[in-house]
Amino acid sequence: MTDIENEMADEAEVPETQALPLDAWHRARGGKMVEFAGYYLPIQYSAEHGGGIVAEHEWTRTQAGLFDVSHMGQLMLTGDNPAQALEELVPGAISNLKPGRVRYTLLLDDNGGILDDLMVTNATPWVPAEDGADEEEGTEGHWGDPAYYLVVNGAMKWDDIAHLREHLPDDVSMSHMDEYALIALQGPKAATALGRVMRGVPDSLTFMQSTIYNFGEWPLRITRAGYTGEDGFEISVPAEFAESLADRLMAEIEVRPAGLGARDSLRLEAGLPLYGHDLTTETDPVSAGLTFALSKKRREAGGYMGHAAIAKTLQDGPAKTRVGLMLEGRLPAREGAQVYAGDTLVGTVTSGGFSPTLGHPVAMAYVDTAHAKPDTALEVEVRKKRLPARVAPMPFVPHNYYRGS
Amino acid sequence: MARYFTDEHEWIDVEGDTATVGITDYAQEQLGDIVFVELPDVGAMLEKGKDAAVVESVKAASDVYAPITGEVTEANDALEEDPALVNTSPEEEGWFFKLTIGDRDEMEGLMDLKAYKAFVDEL
Repeated sequence: MTDIENEMADEAEVPETQALPLDAWHRARGGKMVEFAGYYLPIQYSAEHGGGIVAEHEWTRTQAGLFDVSHMGQLMLTGDNPAQALEELVPGAISNLKPGRVRYTLLLDDNGGILDDLMVTNATPWVPAEDGADEEEGTEGHWGDPAYYLVVNGAMKWDDIAHLREHLPDDVSMSHMDEYALIALQGPKAATALGRVMRGVPDSLTFMQSTIYNFGEWPLRITRAGYTGEDGFEISVPAEFAESLADRLMAEIEVRPAGLGARDSLRLEAGLPLYGHDLTTETDPVSAGLTFALSKKRREAGGYMGHAAIAKTLQDGPAKTRVGLMLEGRLPAREGAQVYAGDTLVGTVTSGGFSPTLGHPVAMAYVDTAHAKPDTALEVEVRKKRLPARVAPMPFVPHNYYRGS
Repeated sequence: MARYFTDEHEWIDVEGDTATVGITDYAQEQLGDIVFVELPDVGAMLEKGKDAAVVESVKAASDVYAPITGEVTEANDALEEDPALVNTSPEEEGWFFKLTIGDRDEMEGLMDLKAYKAFVDEL
């Protein structure tokens, strides 16, 4: 048997596949390792650990899955006004992002095409006052030098770094935190499990907030975010402590390891686009349905790469629109499948698969905007067969983020 | 009844002039959770080494090739309702299709259980 299409092993341009800090940890748990973004990562785990894609998917939807996302690029911007400098490359408002807050944004090219999607955290440190100092004024410290923590896609990080180096002014410094691992703990029980290991930490964060936490001698950055649609955390940890941290989390009854396969099916159900598939330089934020990432003020004011093209698309409306498709039956439509309205070709599937939660296939596709309304009946062609499909709002499975009690 | 194996991880049970074809336990484990199996129509002529069926797992679609040449006499309808039978019982209830044996000589290159086990151990 041969793979017709392997959605997992692609887009790697780095010549030599490298091992990440948790490589041996995955293999010890029966992780089935595949090449992804230039690294070996587990697509799934053996029966006694994660139990395969569907089991790991369902566990994450009901308990807590532990994902190694150390392939992603972790960057830190410091120096002279990094927020303003970054705003010239992204359509989101960064300058008004408060310390400890996180924003989803995009790197754009001159044509408004998407170079990558990323998370930006205002990581400006709080500097506590020296003993006794400042107490009379009633302050206990002050914000330190501005710092912005970026998490970018693993497969794109080298291109992103080059793009940022080329366009950021010299007085903004960028460090690639390649000596850090990144562990995602995702699921409705993630906060319970993390709270038992690091008391009080989950309570101090809501969705899209981030904090520094010193766990013994381990300096961690913990961010309440993820890419599964569930509540959860991403924990940045120095590589030498990654295994110990993974073990500490795994000791909790709610936590099991989950691989790339489950990560892909979870994010698909959550309607979250995957760079290289649903987002490319051929797509723009408007067509991709990511206008929430276009800060309202900056839609008119501009001042970022690609703004002119995006302003025009906003005004004229996009020719194509990213939509969700629900399919009947069990046969999945995958990336590249063509979408028809009657005899007319109206679009292409950019990612798709079987939804374990819903029990039928779902897909994302770019279709002509005239056919993008919810409930529009379309057909998807798979191996010369036409499968009935219906445009459906995303997420396919509701998000379960923690926004405060 | 004799059981043979191919290096594409299919098994073939031979009974008289008819062969039953499925994929091995090793194959289903590699594929992971199977959500759909596309089987050939009864009456279809299959040619050795050419496409015969498609297995869709959660992660990807994979071709299954005809291990020998012949005409399809029966397809396993149970897989339509419950494709996960291929995961739970790959070498019994999860069979794919039956076909007539067109050319006995094609059985020559196939492995027996012992040879197949040795082949898998090498992978």
